[in-house]
Amino acid sequence: MALNDLEQIAADMVQRACALGASDAECTLSEGEEFSAAVRMREVESLKEAGSRGAGIRVLVGEKGAQKTGSSYTSDLSKEGLEKMVRAALELAKITTVDPFAGLPEASELGKLAIDLQLYDASVAQMDAQWKIDQAKRAEEVALSFDPRITNSEGASFDSHVGRRVFANSRGFVGSYQSSSCGLSVVPIAMEGEKMERDYWHTSARSAAKLESADEVGRIAAQRAIRRLNARKVPTQKVPVVFEPRTARALLGDIFDAVNGSSIYRHASYLAGKLGETIASEHLTVIDDATIPGLFGSCPFDDEGLTSRRTVVIERGVLKSYLLNTYTARKLGLRSTGNASRGITGNAGVGPGNFFIEAGKQTPAEIIKGISSGLYVTELIGGGGNTVTGDYSSGAAGLWIENGELAYPVSEITIAGNMKQMLREIEHVGSDLEFRGSVASPTLMIREMTISGQ
Amino acid sequence: MSFSQSFFADRFGLTEHDLENYLSEALSAGGDYADLYFEYLATSSIGIDEGIVKSATEGVTLGVGVRVITGERTGYAYSDDLSPEKIRKAARVAALIAKGPATVIKSGFEETKRHNLYAMLHSPNEMTLAERVEFVKRADLAARAYDKRVFQVQASYADSLRQVMVATSDGTLSFDRQPMARMSVVVLARENAESSPQHGYAGGGGRITLDFFLNEKTPEHFAIEAARQAIVQLGAIDAPAGETTVVLGPGWPGILLHEAVGHGLEADFNRKGTSAFSGKIGQQVASPLCTVIDDGTIHNRRGSLNVDDEGVATQKNVLIENGILRGYLQDKLSSRLMKAAPSGNGRRESYQHIPMPRMTNTYMLAGTSDPEEIVKSVKKGLYCTTFGGGQVDITSGNFVFSATESYLIEDGKLTRPVRGASLIGNGPEALKYVSMVGRDLQLDEGMGVCGKEGQSVPVGVGIPTVKIDKMTVGGTAA
Repeated sequence: MALNDLEQIAADMVQRACALGASDAECTLSEGEEFSAAVRMREVESLKEAGSRGAGIRVLVGEKGAQKTGSSYTSDLSKEGLEKMVRAALELAKITTVDPFAGLPEASELGKLAIDLQLYDASVAQMDAQWKIDQAKRAEEVALSFDPRITNSEGASFDSHVGRRVFANSRGFVGSYQSSSCGLSVVPIAMEGEKMERDYWHTSARSAAKLESADEVGRIAAQRAIRRLNARKVPTQKVPVVFEPRTARALLGDIFDAVNGSSIYRHASYLAGKLGETIASEHLTVIDDATIPGLFGSCPFDDEGLTSRRTVVIERGVLKSYLLNTYTARKLGLRSTGNASRGITGNAGVGPGNFFIEAGKQTPAEIIKGISSGLYVTELIGGGGNTVTGDYSSGAAGLWIENGELAYPVSEITIAGNMKQMLREIEHVGSDLEFRGSVASPTLMIREMTISGQ
Repeated sequence: MSFSQSFFADRFGLTEHDLENYLSEALSAGGDYADLYFEYLATSSIGIDEGIVKSATEGVTLGVGVRVITGERTGYAYSDDLSPEKIRKAARVAALIAKGPATVIKSGFEETKRHNLYAMLHSPNEMTLAERVEFVKRADLAARAYDKRVFQVQASYADSLRQVMVATSDGTLSFDRQPMARMSVVVLARENAESSPQHGYAGGGGRITLDFFLNEKTPEHFAIEAARQAIVQLGAIDAPAGETTVVLGPGWPGILLHEAVGHGLEADFNRKGTSAFSGKIGQQVASPLCTVIDDGTIHNRRGSLNVDDEGVATQKNVLIENGILRGYLQDKLSSRLMKAAPSGNGRRESYQHIPMPRMTNTYMLAGTSDPEEIVKSVKKGLYCTTFGGGQVDITSGNFVFSATESYLIEDGKLTRPVRGASLIGNGPEALKYVSMVGRDLQLDEGMGVCGKEGQSVPVGVGIPTVKIDKMTVGGTAA
């Protein structure tokens, strides 16, 4: 197969590093073009359009099992710029320490998914600027005219991005993929008396055809802002807490941190050493899957050149797998799950593919119906989970549940608990799973958390 | 410094005539104002983990951002290639925002006055790599030596040198050379292999030369602080839940000001009427004991700048004076539209980003109370000395900041350490409950990163010991 221009550069850089003394090398290149249109109060506020490229290399020096590592990057893809980059990485390897677990994956582990992941839609690069501006204007217009209490706006924006990522290593891997994305968001402000509240809604997809309509985005954002008006601060108490998908997603992000191999091998996670144990309620099944066409967490290979795959992380409450790259897998005596992730250079970290909670059977309304008094969380601010201890504390806003119905808005409160217990107390998982990003959760209900208020 | 001696003239052969041409191109379809932001950023970082120096990275990014403003509208484009055709292309793209006859710019530039707040002779990365790797090795050893219960240490060192040039259609030109260095240490401690670990974090630095880490705040200083926090947490009990009296220790707890008032006073939000502080200039928004300053001119501080990222010299701005709201943080766009003067707060993450009003170093002036007396005056409450991050919803004014080291106050004495918890309050209300302000103003050690609309910039905070009569603490204990 013929290599494209960037693949050729990446392969050449790997070769160059090895010629200059590296025993192994890996090179990442990326290029991208971004467009962003922002409107506010029916007028264009800003337009931005540009492209950029970057290259990064990581070298390993020494014999297998006794290698040192150095990394470098540059935005200068000229011949001189790249040569400087390679030499800098080799120089840096001299000051690091031999690490018996460092090293590239074995050649036999490398590969690419053969199916079409639908990550790139050429139409995104050709979208008319005026059409994108009009989408943002329309979403804001719908929000502003939804209700007289929508008096102001932080604006609406339409963003699009197309890019290409290339990876090559000295074990024979060369690969690249293109991706596209576009998104529309609006942030209306509702006012009643002296008090203002803002909320937002957002849609994004790999192609414009898959976006929610501007009308839908504007309407939902306005409804959300309106329903926050006249929020109360409730008394401190322990009650059931329901997370809508947008906030459940943040909670799932905390679960990701706790199954991340980098935290596991350092014993920096409350889930370290718990493989095979029941760590959550039987309602919880968590999957990582980078092979689903069209989604934001999908890719043909990970950032070390391993084939993307599906991993069951938690199955009906039992911890089945951590998420690992080559290094963390070696540290734990396990195999990589194909979750290597990095920017453009440096040692790979661990990142999610599409990391999601499997949908349950009940609708959100059915879940809420069973609660006599509780909190429905629509926004989390600050705070979050402590991966080491599981302690959880976050600012929150939402709606109070009274006799099975959403009764009135609440704000300026916190919710707290411990993730170990919260996972076991997941009583319901909603049927409303939607992928709005690479981490996705349906509605979740936790039996009891502490609300701090008045 | 004359233009011809500047980094970009020297390195890329740019002339003043080139800059005029690019600005004319940017204003070729009209517009009130245009500027060019040239940036060259060299970074390096070193990390140790498990006693092994596992990473060492260096890199360079380079580019120019072109901005055109017409009324309230901004056009922006950038290029990572400084060739004349690429800069011209970016200028033409930025010009698409305007629709009219060309705006003619006057020829010639006048260099902006700027401060001299950080040593210009040496940059952090002029020290050899071998010398810098010693910092993380020393931190690793010191943290492990602090207590035998310490079992994991990660230490990192990072520095950067940013060369900046801003040329504007107003005929101003500014240069700056901005060093930055930071160390950070993360420690895990546990009683034994079966018990659950606890975590400690410390870090700091600024726009400094490397003798700072040799003479002032050593790697051992940060390592011991991180280890101390982790050990304290081993004995911590659950944090309280509900409203209580909170005493903030001096220094980093100044993040309260950053979240509670700083963001809400950024001029863009106030120009648009979207901040909980909008229209409140001259009103009482804090107790008369509170005077809050944002000051970009403090020597060597992380949030300081000789000139901001729009080429305006930074200054010391009074935000709240004796409890009365006095001023906003301005950039060029908002100050022009609000008919106010720029305040030196126009900042951006990089050449790829549109500048906006941002904080620099935000702190509260010292009061007159003895810090010990402040704690003694509290019958029941919480004393917080170390924080993680924070966040604010500027429209409702609700803000959160996360305490990572706190102690119960019982009958005027610090008793038990408590586990991490979020504190929540409302910006225009929270500081009205400040009833004592200590005489012990401290600035933080230099590790703050502020995020706004996807852009991160380094900032500083500071506060003396402060007593807040009522604040909501998000723990779990009844």
